[in-house]
Amino acid sequence: MEILVCARRVPDTSENEIQLNSAGNDIERDDLVYSINEPDNYAVEEALQIVAKSGGNVTVATVGTSEDEEILRREMAMGANHGVLLSDDAFAGSDGKGIATVLKGFVQKGKFDLILTGVQAEDGGAQVGGMLAAMLDYPFASLVDSIEVLDGNKLKVGREIEGGNKEISEIDLPCVLSIQTGINEPRYVGMRGIRQVASLEIPTYGAADLGVDKAAVGEVAAKVKRDDYFVPALGKGAEILEGSNEEIADKLIELMKAKGGLQ
Amino acid sequence: MTARIFVYIAHKAGVVDDSAAELLAAAKTIDPAETPTAVVVGCGPEFDAVCNTLCASFAKVWKIADPSLAYPNAELVRQALVKVLPQGALVLVPHNHFGIDLAPGLSIKLNAAYVSDVVGIDGVDGTNLKVVRQEFGGQISTHVRCNIASGAVITLRPGAFKAVESAPAAGVAVDKSAEVGALTAKRRYVTTIAPEAADVDITKEAVLVSIGRGIQEQDNISIAQELAEALGAGLSCSRPVVDAKWLPKSRQVGSSGQTVKPKIYLACGISGSFQHLAGIKGNPFIVAINKNSKAPIFQVADVGIVTDMLEFLPELTNKVRETKQVSA
Repeated sequence: MEILVCARRVPDTSENEIQLNSAGNDIERDDLVYSINEPDNYAVEEALQIVAKSGGNVTVATVGTSEDEEILRREMAMGANHGVLLSDDAFAGSDGKGIATVLKGFVQKGKFDLILTGVQAEDGGAQVGGMLAAMLDYPFASLVDSIEVLDGNKLKVGREIEGGNKEISEIDLPCVLSIQTGINEPRYVGMRGIRQVASLEIPTYGAADLGVDKAAVGEVAAKVKRDDYFVPALGKGAEILEGSNEEIADKLIELMKAKGGLQ
Repeated sequence: MTARIFVYIAHKAGVVDDSAAELLAAAKTIDPAETPTAVVVGCGPEFDAVCNTLCASFAKVWKIADPSLAYPNAELVRQALVKVLPQGALVLVPHNHFGIDLAPGLSIKLNAAYVSDVVGIDGVDGTNLKVVRQEFGGQISTHVRCNIASGAVITLRPGAFKAVESAPAAGVAVDKSAEVGALTAKRRYVTTIAPEAADVDITKEAVLVSIGRGIQEQDNISIAQELAEALGAGLSCSRPVVDAKWLPKSRQVGSSGQTVKPKIYLACGISGSFQHLAGIKGNPFIVAINKNSKAPIFQVADVGIVTDMLEFLPELTNKVRETKQVSA
């Protein structure tokens, strides 16, 4: 099976506190630690497990700039066969539909049986996979937490729905799936693995290579635009307990006693 | 503005989902003068009951009845909606597992803008709808402009819009089924699997020690377990702990896990995403313990402690044990 995984490089919220910049028009991006969007990493692992059983290749693509190559290399160190950067000045400022339009151009250059995305990016809208599927007239399933390859060019997929329930469907290939975290246990990538792919050439495709109309992507085509960032107004907000850990523990125990949580 | 706001109605077993009233309230913030139209799909006697219920709160109800829509398969629902919705429609959909499945593709097929997981609506300015979204797990918000000149599909965060009491509508259901025609899907619903029985039922606990990403390693879980034992509390968690397979899914609090209603909830190393908070009901006394003072959990907690949970919890466990010895 030929599998394409669409991935993104995002600020890693487990490593950073996200703050407003002084102008209030963006988050403070200096000193941010970036990594691959977490659900995208699960998608790559799932793709690797499928080709390990059924054969084929895994290609990881990202829409971005040369800075984003690092996640492609990381996923190649994990085992992906190819990494591809889709990059053009005309792509800057794209909304979700613009990104899906670029990816559609790349999909149509190749022959992929299965396209995976992460369910959502930290700063995204859980949208690109569903849009891409609709543009290609492929079936789509979101929040996928299990995949089984069936005979007859189809998959059995599980979706995570409410209350711990799992919705099972059959879906024809080619299709697009958005992958939920927890579907597998992504393998560890060591520094040695990263070094082995450090000097590989990453192919880069622009709008002309992909047959993408520049008027259909980027800032000019975007119907959805951010005006600014702001820190949400606090609700009532928590009463912050101060002092040493020991002092705080004493205060907390008194509070829990008062609330009937400690007899 | 011409009448063009449509509210997608989710329902199950003959009961209209809570999101319907929230979406109606949101529609009124887009244009108070407009009468939004409820759009609902399904089939059978339970579906008729849903349509009747809707007529009490919506003046206009469009119903699409078809045997293939007995289960809401997003691919089929999308085809049906594309057939009936007018050019330029503003379609409101709940941002849940169904909305995430339906809405992005629907926006493409309608050639409409798409904006997802909206938590606030500031109104319309020319051809732009101004909305509020959150990013990075709620650590930061953004004002977003969405050009609605050729329509839009908008998903709204459950719970973000308060349902408003309104006068009974005495609405009329218009049967749109004939406009839809045959529906075919390349994705076919098979079944729904209920969660496995749990070793511990966290929904029954009066006190929960709940752990998140801040637990860092599997070996640290014993730190939280010891506190839970000292307190006579249950041990629950947020999604990353289940993703890492450190605790079973039955211990997960949140929209995709369990809904709990304890008296006291100790959120340890949990950032407080809306999906997690959606699983905490009954207005418990929430204690947030987190290194990151910007974590959204501090906005909803009653008491906050900005510290490393791995250092604080053992201290707390010792104090709880001492307290119990004294009182015993």
